[in-house]
Amino acid sequence: MTTTIHSLNPQNHLKRDRERKIVRALTFIFALVSVGTTAGIIYELLKETVLFFQEVSIIEFFTDTRWTPLFASKRFGVLPLVNGTLLVAAGAMLVAVPLGLLAAIFLSEYASERMRKVLKPILEVLAGIPTVVYGYFALLFITPILRDLFPETQIFNAASASIAMGFMILPLMASVSEDALSAVPRSLREASYALGATKFETAVQVVLPAALSGVAAAFILAVSRAIGETMIVAIAAGQQPKLTLNPLQSIETMTAYIVQVSLGDTPHQSIAYKTIFAVGMLLFAMTLVMNIISYFITKRFREKYE
Amino acid sequence: MDNNHNTVLETKNLNIYYGDFLAIKDVNFKVFRHQITAIIGPSGCGKSTLLRSFNRMNELVPSARSEGKILFNGEDIYDPSIDPVEVRRRIGMVFQKPNPFPKSIYENIAWGLKINGFRGSKSELDDLVEQALRGAALWDEVKDKLDQSGLSLSGGQQQRLCIARAIAIKPEVILMDEPASALDPIATLKIEDLMRELKENYTIVIVTHNMQEAARVSDYTAMMMLTGDEERSGTVIEFDQTNVIFTRPKDKRTEDYITGRFG
Repeated sequence: MTTTIHSLNPQNHLKRDRERKIVRALTFIFALVSVGTTAGIIYELLKETVLFFQEVSIIEFFTDTRWTPLFASKRFGVLPLVNGTLLVAAGAMLVAVPLGLLAAIFLSEYASERMRKVLKPILEVLAGIPTVVYGYFALLFITPILRDLFPETQIFNAASASIAMGFMILPLMASVSEDALSAVPRSLREASYALGATKFETAVQVVLPAALSGVAAAFILAVSRAIGETMIVAIAAGQQPKLTLNPLQSIETMTAYIVQVSLGDTPHQSIAYKTIFAVGMLLFAMTLVMNIISYFITKRFREKYE
Repeated sequence: MDNNHNTVLETKNLNIYYGDFLAIKDVNFKVFRHQITAIIGPSGCGKSTLLRSFNRMNELVPSARSEGKILFNGEDIYDPSIDPVEVRRRIGMVFQKPNPFPKSIYENIAWGLKINGFRGSKSELDDLVEQALRGAALWDEVKDKLDQSGLSLSGGQQQRLCIARAIAIKPEVILMDEPASALDPIATLKIEDLMRELKENYTIVIVTHNMQEAARVSDYTAMMMLTGDEERSGTVIEFDQTNVIFTRPKDKRTEDYITGRFG
């Protein structure tokens, strides 16, 4: 067969077709692996959780106010753990939200182009610091300061973990909020300036409200990070499940409890061991709900400006 | 030229740079009180840049700087002692694309009043909002839905909302940057009618590349063109009463542009 520019070789086409099918199958398998892993984890969690609830009533789990599965007199009220988790997360948000928002407003409205190009990557590198470092930072640096200020502070306490965690999620809060603020059209800022608004009035009363859904998404992402964070609370917040709102006391979060049992010598078939799956399931449900809310808020935000 | 009118704005040897690039070169012209002044010329000749220099919006572009003077009632608005925020309060602006705030129709008007020091009662505020909306010929269309978002209105209504927002704070001058170019012909006519009404109380400067529009609404016209060594810097080549510009232009380039022989 002579090769001219008019001849179409069907072999080439078949070869390309085969290649495409192989690549497609391979990428599909890899996609399946990540979905499959998630499904496997949920299955395992669910299975153990169901076993747990065959022995402990779900009502006791959610209403009892004491959590003592590792003691002789076992009580299975998860509320103290939830309380610890939410207390630390709330404290972390108290640090991360104002600082993160101010950083985002500065970066998007006040910083020069050159400054932003330097500062934003630095902020994002901060997010790469291992959380164990923040944990020791809390225990060895923040806690002594707190104990100087408030002598009644316990060595392991919620406040110290909260502050360290606040700094840990600050880059996330600032970075995602900055994206939202920067996405507000320039024309809106011009409209504001043209009315004789100052830079601050424009940033706080025009740009921020216009970016509110994006900022809310950043907030929820940060909350879900705070709820799921483990290392800092395991190191600095203590191991005493307690229903308290006093941040200077030792508490225990859901994640820290799971670490405690996983690393301890609790027998694998015991009811105490099964508790970690129930707690894990609840934790999973909480962060899942947060992520779903954030997904819908972000989606609404995108629709508005595109 | 008719100089009986009272001058509100006057540029003196105005140059505007973006970085090293001279965008506007040696512009000298006047804006008269309670008249509509049109700035016309081909795309890219610096019409918007010139307009934005009148309320110091140019300086929001980090690399922009200017030389020469712009006198507003005889005072140089680029004097270091002058606060640009105060300039913008007295010289309002309406943009090419309607840009209402993502707030309610009511808040779109009320916000400008509040940041400019309004401290009266709710009913006084209501009155001012109504006044502004009536002034922009929008009241009858929106009076029953003041709490709806400004973004829910049609393009023409949004632009009139932006005009209402601008006049609510009672500026002396309203700058309009191609205010009808994003609108359909009917909405355009409404805006033009509105401009004729507004000139009773305000001085209007409008940038347009629609020559019919300039001829229809304006009293004075400034013709801008690119000039200079490489024809890169815009300047005002002719400024006169609109009917003179459109019937007996003195500059050959103006005549060519107006009769469509340009470019």
